[in-house]
Amino acid sequence: MSKSNFTRRGVLKTGAVAGAGLTLPTYLRADGHAGFTNAPGDSEVVLGFNVPQTGPYADEGADELRAYELAVEHLNGGGDGGMLNTFSSKVLDGTGILGREVKYVTGDTQTKSDAARASARSMIEKDGAIMITGGSSSGVAVAVQALCQEAGVIFMAGLTHSNDTTGKDKKANGFRHFFNSYMTGAALAPVLAAQYGTDRKAYHLTADYNWGYTTEEAIRASTEAMGWETVNSVKTPLTQTDFSSYVAPVLNSGADVLVLNHYGGNMINSLTSAVQFGLREAQANGQNFEIVVPLYSRLMARGAGENVKGIFGSTNWHWSLQDEGSQAFVRSFGTKYGFPPSQAAHTTYVQTLLYADAVTRAGSFAPCAVAEALEDYEFDGLGNGKTLYRGDDHQCFKDVLVVKGKENPESEFDLLEVVEVTPVDQVMYDPAHPQMGGAEATLGECNNGA
Amino acid sequence: MDQIIVQILNGLDKGSAYALIALGLTLIFGTLGVVNFAHGALFMMGAFCAVVTSKILSSSHKVVDETRTDFLGNPLEVDVFYMQDWFGEAAGAAIMDWAVPLAILVSIPVMILIGFVMERGLIKHFYKRPHADQILVTFGLAIVMGEVIKYYFGANPIQTPAPEALSGRVDFGVWLGYGPNAIVYPMWRLVYFFFSASIIAAVFAFLQFTTFGMVVRAGMADRETVGLLGIDIDKRFTFMFGLAAAVAGIAGVMYAPIVSPAYTMGMDWLVLSFVVVVVGGMGSLPGAVLAGFVLGIIESFASMPGVVNLLPGINQIIIYVVAIAILLIRPRGLMGRKGVMED
Repeated sequence: MSKSNFTRRGVLKTGAVAGAGLTLPTYLRADGHAGFTNAPGDSEVVLGFNVPQTGPYADEGADELRAYELAVEHLNGGGDGGMLNTFSSKVLDGTGILGREVKYVTGDTQTKSDAARASARSMIEKDGAIMITGGSSSGVAVAVQALCQEAGVIFMAGLTHSNDTTGKDKKANGFRHFFNSYMTGAALAPVLAAQYGTDRKAYHLTADYNWGYTTEEAIRASTEAMGWETVNSVKTPLTQTDFSSYVAPVLNSGADVLVLNHYGGNMINSLTSAVQFGLREAQANGQNFEIVVPLYSRLMARGAGENVKGIFGSTNWHWSLQDEGSQAFVRSFGTKYGFPPSQAAHTTYVQTLLYADAVTRAGSFAPCAVAEALEDYEFDGLGNGKTLYRGDDHQCFKDVLVVKGKENPESEFDLLEVVEVTPVDQVMYDPAHPQMGGAEATLGECNNGA
Repeated sequence: MDQIIVQILNGLDKGSAYALIALGLTLIFGTLGVVNFAHGALFMMGAFCAVVTSKILSSSHKVVDETRTDFLGNPLEVDVFYMQDWFGEAAGAAIMDWAVPLAILVSIPVMILIGFVMERGLIKHFYKRPHADQILVTFGLAIVMGEVIKYYFGANPIQTPAPEALSGRVDFGVWLGYGPNAIVYPMWRLVYFFFSASIIAAVFAFLQFTTFGMVVRAGMADRETVGLLGIDIDKRFTFMFGLAAAVAGIAGVMYAPIVSPAYTMGMDWLVLSFVVVVVGGMGSLPGAVLAGFVLGIIESFASMPGVVNLLPGINQIIIYVVAIAILLIRPRGLMGRKGVMED
């Protein structure tokens, strides 16, 4: 007669322990990892590109993905090398990252925080991604950054312009190359003052979410400091398509400038409404009525068509920049895809190179070692001149471009012209600036994960 | 007062779109008994008829201009439009400029065809199924149509301007004694309102004064009896589906210069249009039109800066609040008939 060692209590105990173990998130297990989450093997390393492939920012996401693929090609020694040839750091030699071939997985954020977190989580847990990058919305960036902090991987933000990403919601594992609302205000306001004078009355229409709030706050602060007055500010739903009810009252509000704190489809439609209601030909307070779009992108300008002509705004980067790095990137991207890259493509390409460079300089994929290598790192040759990755808040500081919708475009890509390159010193701020969450906002501790 | 006039005009404009979409929805529900959640997608398809027509009319071939370079430093290839090749510079430019009105001619057969294919190919299989099944299948169809549009046209809205001659503004202030620029309203939006009113009147006239319309109305009231008279009512109802699709499509074409077409357009309008139908009274054509204009004007007033600043978010919920209030007072909607949706 065989004797069984199983007891009812033993089975229950074993089951409970096994169940708890299985339900733990994968990134909490240290199986086979060298003290940090998703440590790569000897032959390859996986990066996670989390971009909006569906939803309102899908076009931006598609361009981001093109740039990521180009960056991977260059890191693995393919193509013409792009900005690897102009980057001031020379440690990347086209053999991948620390000798590992770079592989990648992609996810669809759908421009929704929940979906973005789910796809980032899947890339970390199932695909073994050691770094997550991408985005196209500040809400998404903040959400995914928090997840990466918790999971112990590096997050290299893509297109996110809200102050909060490296302000109120900054994290030790998160890094942003893209500029922010404060910088837009600081760069744009002097140009607006020079163009339109200091005696102006502004009316703000603001997208009713995180990015809209910080952009309005930044533009208001900068323009009011120059003498402008803010007459009114109205929050508009993100889902709004017809802005006529918001635009119609502007002309008789006492304002002579309309600031559209809108992005993407919102901006295209609100600007269209403003033009339809004759704001561009109107006069108020004895001056020509003006419209300002704080954050421009070429893809957005293409959607707005003729309406953007002569309208001022800011952008992180533009393909017409003549520095060696920008031209190298435009050449690589343009040859591969047949059109120039957007600012979203530029920032994601650069973030990928910067991550690979930091790993190589640190000699380790461990997130905290990578973070240390990125903090207070100064580089050049990636567009926008000399750039600093500030250690205090993980925000990049570089020259900011003030652009204007081009009056006589020569091609479908030639929609914006750079009217001023604002020196980096003019857009720097104290890390504890009130717009950035004040002194209470901290990076917290770097997390290596498992 | 000036702002009130402008918001009424805005409301009439928005109401025109609501009314046209709701009219088509009600036609389909009244004839075929189908709850068509793909109707917003038909409105979007109409808007994209305008986009496609515009793209076709502005087709071009490339000519190398050796004196200029492109973004890669190669000789610049400039667009030369076929319309200008064929009809001369001025006439060609005028044809391209009038792309949106010309798109109406394109959209009518295209939308009727889409309607026929939808009805014969898919929806007819769901006539005897519960409304929940119809909603699921037509909602799925709407998603498919949106994704197809996104695949071909991208996610960003596409600027589709009105003709130059109709892109100006009408200064009501001068007419009403408020002085210049006090009440300025975009001309195309007025065109949209009058055009919509004409379409609505034409649909009503068709149903009221033609034999075909009379039979359809009889069929809407009692399908079986009309069938017993030897009339193939199913064929007529299929035609009505095509007509409803064409009405939604034309509404979309004309709306394209107001809000740039995007693949999300159908979903943006769908829920609100259903609210309009329910408030108007399921199956009631005049109810759909009345509710469209009433809710359009209410929404427009709720979006005024003073109102939004006082009650943030009110503009996003006002239609639903009003709908609930109306349905509490009149459960069948403003002009609903007894028996509809009650079996």
